[in-house]
Amino acid sequence: MTRIHENWIGLQTLVLKEVTRIFRIWSQTLIPPMITMTLYFVIFGSVIGARVGKISGFSYMAYIAPGLIMMSVITNSYSNVVSSFFGAKFARHVEELMVSPLPLTCILLGYMAGGMMRGLLTGSLVTLVALFFTHLEPAHPWIIITVALFTSAIFSLAGFTNAIFAKKFDDIAIVPTFVLTPLTYLGGVFYSISLLPPFWRTLSRFNPIVYMVGAFRTGILGIQTMPLTTAYGIMSLFLVALFSANLWLLKRGIGLRS
Amino acid sequence: MPTDTPALEIRGLRKSYRHGSTALKGIDLTVYPGEFFALLGPNGAGKTTTIGILTSLVTKTEGKIRVFGIDHDKKSAEARALMGVVPQEINFNLFERVADIVINQAGYYGVPRAIARPRCQQLLEGLDLWPYREAMARTLSGGFKRRLMIARALIHEPRLLILDEPTAGVDVEMRHETWSFLRTLNLSGTTIILTTHYLEEAELLCERLAIIHQGAIVAQGRKRDLLELLNQQTYILDLFEPLATLPDLPIRNIQLLDPHQIEIVIDRNEDLNPIFEVLASHHIRVQSLRNKSNRLEELFLNLTGGVRDSHT
Repeated sequence: MTRIHENWIGLQTLVLKEVTRIFRIWSQTLIPPMITMTLYFVIFGSVIGARVGKISGFSYMAYIAPGLIMMSVITNSYSNVVSSFFGAKFARHVEELMVSPLPLTCILLGYMAGGMMRGLLTGSLVTLVALFFTHLEPAHPWIIITVALFTSAIFSLAGFTNAIFAKKFDDIAIVPTFVLTPLTYLGGVFYSISLLPPFWRTLSRFNPIVYMVGAFRTGILGIQTMPLTTAYGIMSLFLVALFSANLWLLKRGIGLRS
Repeated sequence: MPTDTPALEIRGLRKSYRHGSTALKGIDLTVYPGEFFALLGPNGAGKTTTIGILTSLVTKTEGKIRVFGIDHDKKSAEARALMGVVPQEINFNLFERVADIVINQAGYYGVPRAIARPRCQQLLEGLDLWPYREAMARTLSGGFKRRLMIARALIHEPRLLILDEPTAGVDVEMRHETWSFLRTLNLSGTTIILTTHYLEEAELLCERLAIIHQGAIVAQGRKRDLLELLNQQTYILDLFEPLATLPDLPIRNIQLLDPHQIEIVIDRNEDLNPIFEVLASHHIRVQSLRNKSNRLEELFLNLTGGVRDSHT
């Protein structure tokens, strides 16, 4: 058996373990996002949205649906990896991986895949919820798929970085509360950034979530608010940067080796 | 002494921390294939740091490590694939099933599930864990948790097994069963390195040993040769009748521990009979005689300057 085959088995094992974890604690991983997003649809879509009117030719409910799906992908990809990897660090069972011959790249890919799986799964469930409230007809399926894959991968890796630096449970809640949630809410989930005053519109362009939500909205509704090449370029940049940074942190053993 | 490529060869291993303390001061250690080797030392001596470096959980400052001739720096994954580790602290996911913990570990070493499953069954049966294979790991007793770590460490059939306090906190019966399992494993060809607080464990199981103290190896070699270094032995004599005070006796190194016990320290080749004669002449009747500590403990205390009855 070649080393590559052995590493492939190791990676499969880690992904399977992560996916098993998602389903083992389904009441924490799958149900809450569905309930939260249902509330968003009811409150912002039905109650408030009815008074907002149409945006870019779509009902407010249909307009916010892609953003809410993206929001669940972002938060769930992130929280899956940050809680799983920090939990493994805290309980020290990350040592099972560190003492094994499994390359660090495979360890990183394994956790990333687990985060992506949860992000995409909850994204799919939220899409089903959205279909109860509005009609969605995918305009560009490939854009939907690629943007969802990019976004879930990026935020899985961001969660991994958070977990590496976290020393206590508080540390894994700070970034989602003070960074991720504000960026998501200000990332065009509930509005088009073209509605913002020039200063805030310019500032919003530094928020990477704007590009993810915008591109995903293009995929679902067909409306284009920014060049897709810019969105894919920024997502690729973040993906490569976060993957490289995490791999470097793992190699240095930061937060893992003494 | 075997002449094959050593199972483990450590040269000049140093570990210093940023805050200035030095955990290892350039240790040299050689373990040969098939050996049951003990690494002994007081708390904080550097045993766990050494194991941490071997398993890549601690980064070394300096030194060379070879595992069955494989350079640990250049071919780290290959070297690690040859080792199985049972750490001192419980470090598996307590919320996973027993069998899953073992089979997943096999996967990390590249062992396919089809091979891992029967191997897992064999190991769990050998360690009496098979009835608990579906149980959550957190429900196991302390002794079984330690056994689970042994099963996990062996699932990829390592040539070198490193055990850091494998029977700490385990009851006597389970400890003896674990010893029996490890002895059988060693006889089947697996090289074993053991660190333990129980010196009788090391004396019973190991042929060669090293004693580490304050980050340096103070003795290394065959157990028999090292025990030859002992110059003195300490005996406890239990008395028939209690003594209020010890009379003035022509015996060196004698003291009354309590009204029923006397402690005598004699040279290794000294005869005990004259001592009994002196005691008898003073109407001190001895009911029984025993070593205060086992010989390895005596050696350990001599080399590390430890206090008797203290833990290692």
